[in-house]
Parts: sequence; C-alpha cells; structure tokens
Amino acid sequence: MRYDRQIKLDEVGISGQEKLRNYRVLIIGVGGLGCPAAQYLAGAGVGKIGLMDHDKVSITNLHRQVLFNEDDIGKSKVLVAKEKLQQLNSEIELIAIEEALTIENAEKLFSEYDIIIDGTDNFETKYLINDACILAGKPWIYASIYKYEGQLSVFNYENGPTYRCLFPKTTRQNISCEATGVLGVVPGIFGMLQAMEALKIILGIGEILSGKLKLSNLLTGSEQILKLQKKQEEIDKIKENGIIPVKIVCKLNDESRLYLDIREIFEQPRINSEKVIQIPLSDLDDRIWEIPKEKEILVFCQSGKRSKKVVDLLKAEYGFENLKNVEGGIETIIDG
Amino acid sequence: MKVNVKYFGAIAESAGKSEEVLDLEKGSSVKDLKNQQIKKYQIQDADSIQIAVNQDLKNEVELKDGDEVAFLPPFAGG
Repeated sequence: MRYDRQIKLDEVGISGQEKLRNYRVLIIGVGGLGCPAAQYLAGAGVGKIGLMDHDKVSITNLHRQVLFNEDDIGKSKVLVAKEKLQQLNSEIELIAIEEALTIENAEKLFSEYDIIIDGTDNFETKYLINDACILAGKPWIYASIYKYEGQLSVFNYENGPTYRCLFPKTTRQNISCEATGVLGVVPGIFGMLQAMEALKIILGIGEILSGKLKLSNLLTGSEQILKLQKKQEEIDKIKENGIIPVKIVCKLNDESRLYLDIREIFEQPRINSEKVIQIPLSDLDDRIWEIPKEKEILVFCQSGKRSKKVVDLLKAEYGFENLKNVEGGIETIIDG
Repeated sequence: MKVNVKYFGAIAESAGKSEEVLDLEKGSSVKDLKNQQIKKYQIQDADSIQIAVNQDLKNEVELKDGDEVAFLPPFAGG
C-alpha cells in the first residue's frame, strides 16, 4: 500500500498514519520553501493541506520551485500546485486559496488548520503570521533564506517563544531572493526541513525545534542551534491589541513634492505614495514619456549615485529642465 | 580577554568575514561589543540585530574569556 515504507517505522505505524490523515496544514506562500514542503506533506498523506498564494508562476520561479513547469507560466500558483499535488495523492484534501494573507483574513483562516507553514519572503507577512498564530493559538514553522544561509524555528508551539521574541524590532532592509539571488537547493532544503518539523509535531516524535533557532550555511556546512528567550511582553502585546501590522513600506517626509523613483522593483524599502512615479532604470528608455516636464521632480535611488546619472542623462539627451537629484538617496526623503 | 565573534547574513558581508577573534578589555559587555562592531563595519539597522552568547540569545551578560558571540540579522528570503 501507498504508505507502507513510512508505516514500517516504529515512530509512525498505523496509528501515526491515522494522525497524519486527521491533520490540517496551511502553507502560506507556494514558492521556494512552500513547494517542497507541500510536495512532501502531500506525499506523506497529511489529510488536508491549504495552499495560499496570490501570485502567478513566472519563468524565474522554475529554478527553485520545481513543482511547476514551463506550461504553468502565467497561471495561478495555488491552482497549478493543487492539481499537481492531487495527482501525487488523490486521497488527501487540497484547498487552493488564491488570496494574499491580510489582517482581516488571517486569524479566521488559521483557526481552520492545526499547523501553519511560513513559505513567505517578506517581513510584513512573517509578523502577520506570527501575530495571527498567537491569537488563533497555532504553532507555525518559520524559515528564511539569505543567499546560502537559512534560519529555521517552530514558533508559538505549546506556549514557546514567538518570532517577536526573536526579532522584536524589524529592519527596513527587506532583501528578497529576487534582489540577492539564490540557488534553488537552499530554499528546497529548508522547505523540506519545515515539512520534517510538521511531521514531528503531527506524529509526536523527536525533538521539536521550539525555543531554538537553527542556523545553517549550506556553502560552508556550518550549523548552529541557538537557544531562544521567550519575551512574554511581546506575546501579551498581541493578545491585548490584536495583530500589529509591520510596515516595511514607508512614508515620504514631504508629501507636497513630486518624486521619481528609478530603483528596481525589488529594492527596499518601497514608498507607497501617489507622489512617487516609479520607473526602474531598466525600463527607463521605454517609459520616459511618463515623466512630466512642467513640475519640479526629485529623482532618487538608494544612494543618490544612479539617480544623479539619470538626471544628467535626461537633461542632456531629452531636454528635462525640471529634475533634481536627491543627493543622499532614499533615506533622506522618508520618515524615520 | 579573547572572544570568538561570528557574523551571519548580510553582517558577514559588511564585515568581510564570517568569524574573527577579538581581544577585548576585561569586563566588556555584549552591548559594548555590539556598538563597537556596528561602528567598525558600518552595519545597518543595528536595532534589529540580535546577539547570542554561547549559543544563547540571553545576552544581558558580561563577556568572559573564550565566549562565542554571534551577530544575527533578520532576513526574510524564501
């Protein structure tokens, strides 16, 4: 039968397989981490797997999200993943949720599952998962990648430490794999480690990585497990106030002026304002017509260097007289 | 006294190394060391960086000879 090879293990057995069948796991983000986690949990026979992602498959996903293939480009990740995982295991229930996780939908959605797996790539959603798990009383399995390094932990497990206990203060440097580059194997391995933690929790075996943070560098082979400290005030804060949104997107300190952001879309922090025209340098040639010529526009990038070149070029070649460079880069025009 | 310092994530890139042994004045605190290294390597977003001493994130301690100190940044890739 299908599960013979795992039922043979003393730690699993028929009763373990029954536990797997009765468990519900929600995977947020079906990408480099979420795909392998979903594949192995579906294979193992986890009874209900929710897949949440509002993104579509793109060609740059394929080197690490090997669940997808070329024909899937442009299609909804969760719909494609659901179809493929159902082919892998027709006995389990797969739920495709083609939405973004929000403050409004998180807590109710989490209450319908037993374990949440974090397959996201940004701080906003990680804090959101953390807070909603505290409120819904669910454990979540965290992983994050930076180039060849990864962090792994199980948060909010049986009143254990949470993500806010580890990182009470976040950073503006929201550097994604898109920006830094990543070898597909790295999130692949961490996604599978997340699946392993989920299986351990479901089967009640081994040592759960709760209260601990595993750090691995897959380039050097070095590994460490750090002991976490529970910060009750960070947990109580959420229980008392509800989800506290973390915004990496920041505000302009002067909304009366007009700006041109020539940074690439993956560069952080992003500014969400009608006063900012966003034209990445790589698109500039095709989109010069979008830049008004009548009002003064402040042009910025991360440091002020690229934007200076753009200002000089647009002035010399296209006759723009209304552009001014932000010398100090983005940090000088945003709040905080 | 000597402490072994490890850097993770982008901090290792700012420092240009993932590990080094530092000679510190006796009685130095974790905070002293953190401030010193953040200044030295111009590490960004210092507030978000967590420090572990001997693999424990409990770090309100005075450093001792032979301690291992890890500089840990948040990152979010996936």
